[in-house]
Amino acid sequence: MTPDGIRTAFGPAGLTTEEPVGRSTAWWGVTLFVATEGTVFAALLGSYFYLRFQHGAPWPPDGIARPELLLPLIMTAVLVPSSLPVVWAESGIRRGRRWQLRAGLLATLAMGGTFLGLQGVEYHGLLREFTVTTNVYGSLFYVITTFHGAHVTVGLLMVCWLLAASLHDGSGARRREQVRVVAYYWHFVDAVWVAVLFTVYLSPRL
Amino acid sequence: MASSTAACDTGPGPEAMASLSRHWAEAPTLRNWFATVDHKRIGRRYLVTAGVFFGLAGASAVALRTQLAGPEAGILSAWEYNQLFTMHGTAMIFLFSTPMLFGFGNFLVPLMIGARDMAFPRLNAFGYWVFLFAGLFMWASVPAGAAPDGGWFAYVPLTDERNSPGLHLDVYTLGLLFLGVSTTAGAINFIVTALKLRAPGMSLNRVPIFVWAVVATSFMVLFALPVLNLDNVLLFLDRRFDTRFFDPGRGGNVLLWQHLFWIFGHPDVYIIVMPALGIVSAVLPVFCRRGIVGYPLIVFSIVAIAIISFGVWVHHMFATGLPQLSYGFFSAASTIITIPSGLQIFAWLATMLTGRIVVRVPFLFVVGFLVTFVVGGVTGVMFALTAFDQQITDTYFVVAHFHYVLFGGAVFPILAGLYYWLPKLTGRMAGERLGRWAFGLVFVGMNLTFLPMHVSGLLGMPRRVYTYPGGLGWDPWNLLATVGAYVLAVGLLLVVAGVIHALRRGEPAPDDPWGGDSLEWATSSPPKPYNFPVIPRVHSLHPVWDPRTAESTGVGADGDRILAEGRGTLLTSELDGRYERAVRMPQETLKPLVAALGLLIVFLGLLLAGYWVAAAGAALVVVTLGAWLWPPRQTPEEADPAVGGGAV
Repeated sequence: MTPDGIRTAFGPAGLTTEEPVGRSTAWWGVTLFVATEGTVFAALLGSYFYLRFQHGAPWPPDGIARPELLLPLIMTAVLVPSSLPVVWAESGIRRGRRWQLRAGLLATLAMGGTFLGLQGVEYHGLLREFTVTTNVYGSLFYVITTFHGAHVTVGLLMVCWLLAASLHDGSGARRREQVRVVAYYWHFVDAVWVAVLFTVYLSPRL
Repeated sequence: MASSTAACDTGPGPEAMASLSRHWAEAPTLRNWFATVDHKRIGRRYLVTAGVFFGLAGASAVALRTQLAGPEAGILSAWEYNQLFTMHGTAMIFLFSTPMLFGFGNFLVPLMIGARDMAFPRLNAFGYWVFLFAGLFMWASVPAGAAPDGGWFAYVPLTDERNSPGLHLDVYTLGLLFLGVSTTAGAINFIVTALKLRAPGMSLNRVPIFVWAVVATSFMVLFALPVLNLDNVLLFLDRRFDTRFFDPGRGGNVLLWQHLFWIFGHPDVYIIVMPALGIVSAVLPVFCRRGIVGYPLIVFSIVAIAIISFGVWVHHMFATGLPQLSYGFFSAASTIITIPSGLQIFAWLATMLTGRIVVRVPFLFVVGFLVTFVVGGVTGVMFALTAFDQQITDTYFVVAHFHYVLFGGAVFPILAGLYYWLPKLTGRMAGERLGRWAFGLVFVGMNLTFLPMHVSGLLGMPRRVYTYPGGLGWDPWNLLATVGAYVLAVGLLLVVAGVIHALRRGEPAPDDPWGGDSLEWATSSPPKPYNFPVIPRVHSLHPVWDPRTAESTGVGADGDRILAEGRGTLLTSELDGRYERAVRMPQETLKPLVAALGLLIVFLGLLLAGYWVAAAGAALVVVTLGAWLWPPRQTPEEADPAVGGGAV
């Protein structure tokens, strides 16, 4: 850069002019949506801690055992890395490689579906011990995990929609935006699971 | 500072104008009435529908005041009274004030920023239909004898399934969840529109205060409403499916309801008042013939209030036995939040003092706002002091306070906005004389209704009671309040009469009847479907008072800002408003209506325990959304991002 150029870049006009990297309306839309949905989970997990501390020891109450960690940790290992095929799929559509988009989305679908299946297995085991109406712990456990599972389901529906739409016709800015929106939502769902893992499964052991 | 837009020297030639009209026109068919995506039509519908709900909630209030005119009046039973007073509060807050202000926002935000529509026009239509159906869902419960009856705040354990059997509180929880979808959609739409669709040159420091207010409100909605939604979900689950969140016998906690409710509820009062204060900042300066004083401080105040409002909620719970330390913190925070509110008041006073006042009906309502909102603010600061609050909580002193800030802070600005923007909304001027009479009766009626309540409250009259015994010193104040309510009702009827008369026989309105400074006054009254034939280039905070704006839309204007081929508007950068690209806007479609109907089926199914019906409704919503977002069959030109790669 010339001395003049450097002076311009560091002068008031240069420092206060924004970088020419505006976001799309779809980016803002999904980011704001994730912010508001994230707040629901924040309030729900906050309520868990409020109810638990107001209840006091023992927790879980009424002789319910602390949740087993093996299955949830496997579920974590299945769900959290499922963000990677989504990133790979996004990269595919960006380069116009439809096979890469489809392969990535299918992998995500498989991993997300496995997660839900394992959740079902866990419920099957636990429902013998306590249900959603047993006490506040049961209500919290099932409502939190089901609410998260519902978000996973919606995410998988969106992935299926993208797969169907990818059969239809090619790329273009609009398609890339749609993949990105689903990707952001999916990353959000994964991050929420980590918070749920910490709150419901790990925190009773801390 | 006269308007510098001239109708004769617009840029585009006749072929461009014809092309714009052709692409943007919505044929006046019945299908298009249901399928419109035009923000101006949707905004007007919000205003009318919210106005009808205001009338219903107001009629409820007149019934309440009639019952309370004297001791043991026996006009309404407790059962009837509880439903009417709950619906009055719930409908005024959720079905009137925010939707009415969102209606103004819908109509005005694209115009004020120089855009041709909202960022997501179909989502906008969806938001309106959901609002309409949610409002009908809740009001239909009144003739069905199943209206919510636990107060607008629905505290547990009163509202649990044992103490409130029947469907009343299920209508409440489900109705608000339903409505929340609309409010959230609207909030996202406002933020994205204001960030991306501003005219070139409209950097953040040139954005009108009303738009700042709507955007800050929308951010508050995004973070406050989810907490209420959660609260309502938990209550519905407790009532319907026997979960134990609020059941102390099984480890639950009743105070959780209040915490979650007020974490939403306090920001909500600012969600209600903030756009209204934005209206004041739009209207007042025009009638002082100068720009608003202290623009940066007002923007700072708006943002500060939006943030601090999340940190004061416990002042609604000072009588619940929480720790002293907690009370101390929230008392301090509640006192601090008065500072940015006060800043705005002083900015408006300074604008009036340094301006040249022109008295018209909108200005009268702004003055009415200033007087009543400040009175309400003064009693509000008193409540920040825990010791005082614990004496008068749950008395009519509180009722007096919040009616002063809500009527003052929301209704007066709404009425000011109605008279101010009526020419732009409808192309007609309202009669000045009738408007002044309406103002006088509304102002006198409002004060006569709510001022006496300070006294009856201090004399110990509790709130939320369907009657009271005589001889406690409350009787004359209640009678005065009822007389005031009738005067107020007449005043409001005169407002309605004035609007109807204007629509039928009002003088046709020019583009800019008041000499305004913001961009909605730079186009016709009402605006054409495409709003602006040439999207202006903005050079200052008062574009219509700036000759450079008219030059930018005059002869030789850039084809890039006309976008005559297809339905397009401009995307600009978030901070500086720098031109990015054109974007295509969608055509009319019935899918938003169908999706809203699907949601109605979901909520009706949940209410009436028809869970398979609810599931079918959900499936309809999913399928409709899938079709809505399905990529349209595009020609190579349409797929070209330079022309516009499609919007929502």
